Amino acid sequence: MTVAVALDGKVGGVFTLQATFEVPSHGVTALLGPSGSGKTTILRALAGLDRIAGTIIVDGVVWQDGDIFLAPDLRRTGYVFQGMSLLPHRTVAANLDYAIHRSPPGAFARDDIIDRAGIGHLLGRRPARLSGGEAQRASIARALLSQPRLLLMDEPLSALDSDARAQLLDWLENLLAGIGIPVFYVTHDNAEARRIAAQTLRIREGSIES
Amino acid sequence: MGLVLATTAELAFITTILLLLLATPLAWWLARSRRWWKEVVGAVAALPLVLPPTVIGFYVLIALGPNSPLMALLHPFGIRTLAFSFTGLVIGSLFYSLPFAVQPLRTAFEAIGDRPLEIAATMGAKPLDRFMTVALPLSRRGFLSAAILVFAHTIGEFGVVLMIGGNIPGKTEVLSTRIYQLVESLQLGEAHRIAALLVVFSFAALLALLLVERRIGSVQP
Repeated sequence: MTVAVALDGKVGGVFTLQATFEVPSHGVTALLGPSGSGKTTILRALAGLDRIAGTIIVDGVVWQDGDIFLAPDLRRTGYVFQGMSLLPHRTVAANLDYAIHRSPPGAFARDDIIDRAGIGHLLGRRPARLSGGEAQRASIARALLSQPRLLLMDEPLSALDSDARAQLLDWLENLLAGIGIPVFYVTHDNAEARRIAAQTLRIREGSIES
Repeated sequence: MGLVLATTAELAFITTILLLLLATPLAWWLARSRRWWKEVVGAVAALPLVLPPTVIGFYVLIALGPNSPLMALLHPFGIRTLAFSFTGLVIGSLFYSLPFAVQPLRTAFEAIGDRPLEIAATMGAKPLDRFMTVALPLSRRGFLSAAILVFAHTIGEFGVVLMIGGNIPGKTEVLSTRIYQLVESLQLGEAHRIAALLVVFSFAALLALLLVERRIGSVQP
């Protein structure tokens, strides 16, 4: 039971991504590298948001290979985008429900996740009225309530000030420890990767460094 | 006057409803497609902005006339021509007001960006679901603008309705052509009353447009 990825293709006609790796079916894998190295591109390819030539197999199910390409809505990835990843016209509660209504029952329960994310008092608020840390906790809760096969996190702390960042990092470390699904965590911060991830893939200029 | 007003309002109402339905998929495609030739389609859809209304009226009149290949398709249903009919008037209005629906909708759809749709996709929302639950609510300003512009523009059209409708009282006569008729017969007082009504209506429509945009703009995140 693994996530096997072999991507080799051009992105936007200029940038070439070559990434072959295999990770276990649970635990956090950090994608570490400087800006523009291709970390987000790998995450987007895993979610099916960008189509890059290659193969992606998750727990034996082919998501992508040759002509096979599973649409993003069929992959069930919980994606935490860099910056805002809530639907702006819905309250926090409506964002969570949006995910729940489109997902099969699973391990992550609404009340438990709201409790663990500490967002019970924010449920009636629109995303524009949340602080950066609150928005990210709500986004992560929303991603988990999709009952994802993979959790994909794109620099979730990058938009936060140092205090909020330290606070959220503690919370995130706790939340992700023992999570039963594979997590890909994009960061350019070595220390953050060391704290959060069980293994690290270093990426430079579109390639995985050994 | 009452019958003319009713015909005008009916034409504007039907045109607005139909055009919002027809222009939405076109505007969505223009906003989302990455094909270069979409701008060719965009230019065709915007043509009524620059073409003289008589040109549009002329071609629609030919297309709806008894000798047109288009009408030949309707012969089995007993329809020989749609020229000088209310239905013909609606068809002409759809072409004439098309850019007033497509442009605000396209701008609104483009303003949404990829992110909200990608968020919805990763939560399992399929394309139609994403459109209905994300694109539509986030582009409501565009829909309101399009509705107000199309309605007001249809009320104000003259050349197209004169060419296609023939200004038949009780059937295809609308306020703008009624003014023309009244001026021709030197009934300037009555013409003045209808003209003033249209000025007030047009001002109210534009004011509503600005207020709607201001209100929605202030409550949007």
